[in-house]
Amino acid sequence: MRWIWIDKFTQFAPGKSATAIKCVTLAEEHLHDLYPDFPIVPHSLIVEGMAQTAGILVGEASQFREKVILAKVGRATFHRLARPGDTLVFEARIEQFSEQGASASGTVRIGGELLAEIELMFSHIDRNMAGMAFPEHNFVFTDQFKQVLGTCRSDAPISL
Amino acid sequence: MAMSRDEIYQKVQGVLVDALGVDEEEVTPRATLRGDLGAESIDFLDIAFRLEKAFGIKIPRGEMFPEDIFNNTTYVQGGRITPAGLEELKKRMPHFDFTELDKDPDINKMQFTVDTVVNYIENKLKS
Repeated sequence: MRWIWIDKFTQFAPGKSATAIKCVTLAEEHLHDLYPDFPIVPHSLIVEGMAQTAGILVGEASQFREKVILAKVGRATFHRLARPGDTLVFEARIEQFSEQGASASGTVRIGGELLAEIELMFSHIDRNMAGMAFPEHNFVFTDQFKQVLGTCRSDAPISL
Repeated sequence: MAMSRDEIYQKVQGVLVDALGVDEEEVTPRATLRGDLGAESIDFLDIAFRLEKAFGIKIPRGEMFPEDIFNNTTYVQGGRITPAGLEELKKRMPHFDFTELDKDPDINKMQFTVDTVVNYIENKLKS
């Protein structure tokens, strides 16, 4: 099972920008591992949340035909910590897009306060420069990821 | 007014500092992108994106760094660039200095330098 690191999309403008949220809860085991008695979200997982938000945005831009992988973290600047009870808001936008990949940038906020600024590069790995071959099926965008994208349309009432 | 080579160089230097996380002093005209500045394959796409933004140009795939040639066995065999490969490269890369490759067409000697990038941008802005 993939470790999905965002809970819900709240805005999705295809090919342009996306906003996703992640609610941090003390029930998450990893929060107790980094600093015992001082639970915080590791910065690496905040980068992962942005990579998933921006990665789905980049994947959708080619209707998930490309296998999109995070290839480079150009910059990740952190201004504060994320703790249980916080809601992280990931705002990502595509800066540039080509057949080979894309660059994206974004911010992470908690209650409007800036937590991090992140710049990422994504590669369309079937078009990589080394000419390496990868499995034919799209192992990046599983149904689970597409289900997360569906959350931006999930505000409709659920009939039981 | 057209940009001078010095102005182009300074902008390219800034792009490489941002893309590769190196110090400005490391970005010298003869510094090689891979060997001296530590560029990896994804960095070449990053550099191309940043150059497009900085200079307001479009860089088609393979124009600045024609990576497709290196995967083509007509052009590269046993780690050496064939005469046909060399001819093709010269046609497609007027911005590259082929002096060393003319003496020894070892693929490992095909090193892109900061000057290669500056030459490319200079030609691109003229065209």
